[in-house]
Parts: sequence; C-alpha cells; structure tokens
Amino acid sequence: MTRQVAIAEGLLSWASGEARLIGSRCETCGVVVFPSQRGCPACTGEETEVIELGTRGTLWTFTTQGFLPKWPYAGPGTDEAFEPYAVGYVELPGQVRVEARLVEVEVDDLHIGMDMELCVVPFITDDGGDEVVVPAFRPSGASVDGASA
Amino acid sequence: MNVAIVGIGIHPFGRHEGVSSLDMGGYAVRQALRDAGIPWQDLQFAFGGSLGAHLPGNDPATADTLVSRLGLTGLPFVNVHNGCATAGSALSLAASTIESGAFDVGLAVGFDKHPRGHFSSDPEILGLPPWYGEMGFLVTTQFFAMKINRYMHDYGISSSTLAKVAAKAYRNGSMNPNAWRRKPFSEEEILSSRMLNYPLTQYMFCSPDEGAAAVVLCRADRAREFTERPVYLRAATIRTRRFGSFEVFSPWLPLTRTDSPTVDASRAAYEAAGLGPDDIDVAQIQDSEAGAEVMHMAENGLCADGEQEALIQAGETEIGGRLPINTDGGLIANGEPIGASGMRQVYETVLQLRGDAGERQVPGRPRVGFTQVYGAPGVGSCTILTT
Ligand SMILES: [Zn+2]
Repeated sequence: MTRQVAIAEGLLSWASGEARLIGSRCETCGVVVFPSQRGCPACTGEETEVIELGTRGTLWTFTTQGFLPKWPYAGPGTDEAFEPYAVGYVELPGQVRVEARLVEVEVDDLHIGMDMELCVVPFITDDGGDEVVVPAFRPSGASVDGASA
Repeated sequence: MNVAIVGIGIHPFGRHEGVSSLDMGGYAVRQALRDAGIPWQDLQFAFGGSLGAHLPGNDPATADTLVSRLGLTGLPFVNVHNGCATAGSALSLAASTIESGAFDVGLAVGFDKHPRGHFSSDPEILGLPPWYGEMGFLVTTQFFAMKINRYMHDYGISSSTLAKVAAKAYRNGSMNPNAWRRKPFSEEEILSSRMLNYPLTQYMFCSPDEGAAAVVLCRADRAREFTERPVYLRAATIRTRRFGSFEVFSPWLPLTRTDSPTVDASRAAYEAAGLGPDDIDVAQIQDSEAGAEVMHMAENGLCADGEQEALIQAGETEIGGRLPINTDGGLIANGEPIGASGMRQVYETVLQLRGDAGERQVPGRPRVGFTQVYGAPGVGSCTILTT
C-alpha cells in the first residue's frame, strides 16, 4: 500500500485521532495564528503556545485558480492539462481564518457563509513513490471517502 | 510640502524586445530633463526604483547604474526597492530630501522589465513556509479575487460594474500613445473572457510588463526657473499593513479586520495637503484588476463603501464624469512594471493638471490630482498634486 506523508511537518496533527491543523496562540493577548510561530503580530508578545485548531468553520471568502501557477507551485497539472482548483479562507469560530484548498464542491455551489470542515486529501506522488497529502476544507456533510483534490 | 514637479518623462509601457530596463529608464530620464530644461549635471541627487533584481527571471539592473549612461557626475543616487510601492517610495524620498533642505533639485525615476505571466515569488524571501508556495497559494491574483469576492458580498457590487471598470481602462488606454493595451473591449467581451480567478476574468486583470517613468523635482520657490506650469507635490505618503488588514500572501487572517494601508496612506496624504477627497478633480489609483479600482475608490475616501455601484454604472468615473479615474488606462491598459507604475500615475496627473492630456484631457481645468499604488507585502502609497 502507498505510504501517505504530509506536505510539511508541523502543519497537521493526528494526536487526537482525527487530522487537525496546528496553529499557535499568544500567551499574552490570546490571538491565534496559522501556521504556528513564535512571537505575536498583534501585541508584539514573545511567548506563544502551539495548539490544534478547530476542524469546522464557515467560508469567509473564496476564489478559483484557473491557470497553472508558476514555480514554486508543485501540484498536479501542465499548461495543456490543468484542472482549476478552489481556494478560500475558512473562519474557525473563536480562533482564526485559515487559507486552504476547497475540495469536494463545484465552484457554482461555493458561497460565502457555507459550513466547511477540515479534511486531508492526496496532492501529488513524490519521487519516492509516497502519496503527499495536504489539508483542505470541504462542505461539512460531504462524503467521507471522497478524495477529489 | 514645498516641492514642485518641473519635468516629466516616460518610456511607453508594454513589451519591448531587445530594449533593456536601463534603456527605458535612461529614455524616461532624458525626456524629463528636456521637459524641465535642465542638464543632467545640474541634478543634485536621485532616487531610483526597480524591483527586477529581487524577482526571479527579471532584468536585474539596479537604478543607480543609469549613471554610466547619463553621466558620472558624482551625484548621490539611492536605489529603492519597496514592493509595489517602489515608485511611490522613490518619489516620497526625493520630496523629503528637498523638504529637508539638503538639496534643491533632484530626480525620481522608476523602471522594470518583467517576464511574461503572473508575478512569481520565492516564499522564503517573503518569510513564508515552502508548502504555501507548493500548494499554489503564492499567486497575487488569488488575493485580489478573494478580496473583491468578499467586498461584492458585503457591499452589493455587481460583475457588470467590474466589467465597466475594465472597459473604461481599455477605452482610456486607446487614447494613450504610451499605453500597452490600446484596443477597446466591450463589457460582454470582458465578462466572457476566461475566468482566471473567480469572479475575475482575464480582461479584468492587468499583467506585468515593461516600462519606465521619471520626474524632476525642485524646491517650490525655484519652480519657475524651469517651467511656467509647475505642478506642486502637496503630499507623498507611504504606509504598511497593520494587524488585521487583509493582505496578499496571508496563510491566515485574524477574526477582526482593520483598515488597509491604503486607507492610512490616503488619510495621511489628505492631512498633509490640507485637502479632502471632495477636492480631488482627477485620480489615478491601483487597478491591479477591476475590483481593486472599485475597492480603492472607497479606501482612498473618494466614496463610501458600496457607492461605487451607482457611481460607476452612471459613468461618473469616466473622463467626462464627476470624478475621472485612471484617465490613462490605469494598470489594466498600461500593465505593471512595478518600479515605474506609481511614477506613471504622477506623469499622467501632471499632464492632466497642465492641460496637456490631449484626447483624454479631463474637461474643466482640473486643479487637484490624486495617485495611489498598493501591493505586496501590504504597502500603500499616495500623492496629492495641485496646480
Ligand atoms: Zn499577542
């Protein structure tokens, strides 16, 4: 069976049994950022705590990518055969708005305010034959087995 | 601010095979010098803006190397690279230098020669994790599309209004011999062109290209030594993003939203000039795409959020309207050589205030002009100019 690897370390956690995005919270003012970082851009505080973010939220805004991005894009597609993908910000209540791929939804069905949930989807196969997976959001309630990145 | 613009020059924007960025920069400078009637050796200082050295695949010449073709006079020449506000920064620094009393007469020049296609960036130069670029988020056009999509949702702006903004740009560009895109497009053609980033279609976007522009500045009380029609620089401001503003290349946004750096820069400009948005007769504002022009109208105080729909549908931002915007075709018709873009806006404003804009001259003798550029990494820059 193909091994699955996350696109980067420190981005996703499976510690709770389900995939969660990893962010950080300022110990001084409580502002949450993603991905995790030291230092707070809101209050200039130094100490931050690594946290797992919520998995459900609402779509704050979105767009589509209708042409093949240049380097450093490493995803599927060529100039001749490129499948547009959707991108948006999902608002995780009480935490932060995160930018993410949007999957398992037709562009015409995307609308601001819709309920979304985190999922992990295949992205590319790397040189070693491993399947690289990335975080994404899909309309909540969408099929669990689908992996139509 | 006691600074006047007494000479302007521009190299046409577009694609110029075999012409280097220094060729274009030198051309614009010599034109500005001729316009001011001043020889190169009389300039006391220069600021030059170009981003090429910092972008992959660009003509990398830095502005100060212009001296090897303009003349090695020993003048202090400072390179400026400050994201999309590069030209605005060069101008602002030149104005501050005169304000400080250090020098009386100097130059601000900007140029760039970008390769075809969208701007690409190295995530690590921007302090972003590699996955952000690999996953396909490092595309500026996505940001503009997501910002206008939310804005349309919040303030009821229609796709028809976006198409009208782009159609105006091409129409105005068709009257500008220095513009790149000089063929008018109908609103239908614009709306039915390829969807690049929903809700923005191909013809709603500007593209990176090539060009240069330059201005000669002097202490206001010396302006009439050089010209009978000086244009006075009343403000030249730069502001960067504050916590909570929605900016390009943001893996996350906070739950609360703050005014953009454009709002801050324009307020500072009005305050410095002692003028308000109601005084503006003609404006050149950042239209990286049609939605940016719509949003920047409000961010620059030229209308309230949501008023753009009625204003644009009524043609008020056309050359004959109440508030003509992007009379030279803006970025959509001129493209965006970053180092030169803000300087082009000043060039057009000076033409308009002199009454020299020909076919695209704003009627009724405009007296106050406004310019604004915005871009990565969250920087806005504004000027106010008067007769
Ligand atoms: Zn904090």
